[in-house]
Amino acid sequence: MDIQEIVRKVVEELSKEKKVIKEYVEPIKEDSIRFPEKQIKGVKEPHNAASIDRAQSITPARIGIGRTGTRMQTTSYLQFLIDHAAAQDAVLKDVSDEFLQKIELKKLETKAKDMKTYLMDLDSGRKLSDESVAWLKENGDKDKDVQIIVCDGLSSSSIEANIEDLLPALMQGLQLKNISTAKPIFIKRGRVWVQDEVAAIINCNLVISLIGERPGLNTDESLSAYMIYRPDEKSVEADRTVISNIHKEGLAPVEAGAHLSELIEQMLRAECTGISFARKSNINL
Amino acid sequence: MKLSCVIKGTHYSFSSVRDVLAKASEPKSGDVMAQVAAESSLERMASKVVLSEMLLKDIFENPVIPYETDEVTRLIYDDISETIYKDIQNWTVGELRNYILSYETGPDQLIKISRGLTSEMIAAVSKLMSSMDLVLASQKMKYQAHCNTTIGEPGRLAFRCQPNHPNDVPEGILYSIKEGLSYGAGDAVIGINPNVDTVESLKRLYTLSHDFMEKWKIPTQNCVLAHITTQMEALKQGAPVALMFQSLAGTQKGNEAFGISKGIVDEGYEMMARYGTSTGPNYMYFETGQGSEVSLNAAHGVDMQTLEARTYGYARHWKPFMVNNVSGFIGPETLFDGRQLIRADLEDLFMGKLHGLPMGIAPTYTNHMDANQNDQEIAGMLTALGGANFYMGVPGGDDVMLNYQDTSYHDDASLREMFGLRPLREFEKWMENMGLMEDGKLTSRAGDLSIFD
Repeated sequence: MDIQEIVRKVVEELSKEKKVIKEYVEPIKEDSIRFPEKQIKGVKEPHNAASIDRAQSITPARIGIGRTGTRMQTTSYLQFLIDHAAAQDAVLKDVSDEFLQKIELKKLETKAKDMKTYLMDLDSGRKLSDESVAWLKENGDKDKDVQIIVCDGLSSSSIEANIEDLLPALMQGLQLKNISTAKPIFIKRGRVWVQDEVAAIINCNLVISLIGERPGLNTDESLSAYMIYRPDEKSVEADRTVISNIHKEGLAPVEAGAHLSELIEQMLRAECTGISFARKSNINL
Repeated sequence: MKLSCVIKGTHYSFSSVRDVLAKASEPKSGDVMAQVAAESSLERMASKVVLSEMLLKDIFENPVIPYETDEVTRLIYDDISETIYKDIQNWTVGELRNYILSYETGPDQLIKISRGLTSEMIAAVSKLMSSMDLVLASQKMKYQAHCNTTIGEPGRLAFRCQPNHPNDVPEGILYSIKEGLSYGAGDAVIGINPNVDTVESLKRLYTLSHDFMEKWKIPTQNCVLAHITTQMEALKQGAPVALMFQSLAGTQKGNEAFGISKGIVDEGYEMMARYGTSTGPNYMYFETGQGSEVSLNAAHGVDMQTLEARTYGYARHWKPFMVNNVSGFIGPETLFDGRQLIRADLEDLFMGKLHGLPMGIAPTYTNHMDANQNDQEIAGMLTALGGANFYMGVPGGDDVMLNYQDTSYHDDASLREMFGLRPLREFEKWMENMGLMEDGKLTSRAGDLSIFD
């Protein structure tokens, strides 16, 4: 089955169960300023205005915004600062328990007791807490081909925005390929390397972490997938394969799920990930 | 070798050269995380005192990671001029600082001693230097390199056009290239970070940038910032590559985490000389930054700044066209705030130059750091004052693929404007021909991507 076919099936499946959530929004006063969120068309007397329209429609990059002297115009400058403020705020948010319940993920924790420890001490986010280790030993789904981990990382928004589409797409993709998959888990304040500890405990062949990327100005919803085949003490960064920029304006979550299941199948066959996997796949091309 | 001192009536002692170097560093969160930083302000001063009296010979004889076990140490020591080192081995680090800052010491003297200094010595002296010391010393050193264009000429400042797209959409990348060029960014390199690091994806991006350069006769070089082995494979399959990229670290273990070794970089360099499209003799573009080793558990108890210096010692072996320092790219666990970031940028510019490298600076910050645009602009202006060769150029300062902030096309034009600097020679002529620049100033046509229609 090719990727297009998987994507079609998964989209069909998802559209059946999509729930509509209505949030209470405070009414906006009539005389409030509505500051533009879209990039301005700031080039004075452009050679070809249609080309700038096209450019702004095809990339989220801040182009076609013009200048005053060598500086940004006031609107663009304030937009930049607003986006920075939003991104800084996004780092501090937690994934809600309601969300985890809704998608039925067991929540584990790392040794990072609070956000400050998590940000300033990498090791704290790379090891599970004692209670979580005990839980996983007792209840983890052992000896499967694949374990999926969902991690808030540096953006809880990316989890809430993508996981509902990405996780079922990935699970179905793996299922269609007859790849045995352990029950996915959520790890709060987790870094990528925590996957090594999880893999060791539940003895899977390949572990994949779906982890929130640090928020950018353009989006705080971007997510990465890190995969490693049978990690051990000798594993290094170059042994991991990463697919980044999973979000609705980058690699769309449903397509990402299909693409990842395809990759995982090849990795299990090649029995490696990272640079070794890249080399093998280049030779095969 | 003396490893202890008394200041303000208190006795301080240190266990090794490595310990003194770490504790003498200005405060940085990555050194705290690695548990190598000074525990008090006076302990930091005590270590600076001990360091100021330490002989260069003491440092030479006690590399922070042994020669026998680390490839980076070996390359640094094997590339040193023993004759020059022997002339200065009995200087103290304090004397070295005085020598560097003295009126009598100019560019010729500095490039000469550079060849006799190990990276740890260069890190050591910069730990005794203030911001103004670092800027003044950096101004004395300006190194040129040539790929298709000459970078580093006096009075000129270059930029990399960094046209990334979150999904590698070729048309989107092309628009950002056009926008950048219309502001004068792209004379250092048109350098694309691919989201998908496969040979096929790279070949597309090389061809796209190469063809555009050919069509508009743009004097510059193209580069795709993927892993070096993927670039080599693309080159082998005939992709038009002008400049080869790789991130480097200051320990063998760090480089292993990056999936590289001296052997691999040697092979890349040789392939560029044989199959690359550019004139050379400088074919390599390296990126470095304080904190990569500690993030990868590959720091061996050495402070971030010393490891950064060692990265330059490793990098200089391949005579790069560009070395770009990206301290600030990692996050608050290595550089906590704007103050630590600005300090790191100034140290890195100086240390890179004292290694004889054509240095550029990316004064970057991430959104989980306690830093903002003002800090970045200050770091940019100060390092430009110190004579950096180049900066990045990111649309609106916001990299939509890598999710961090860097100098914008606007900032690039502004730095040239405020310091009276021109684009690289050949590129300035191209801008004049395109009607984008007159007498070093942008024309009304500049900043309009649609002029390429």
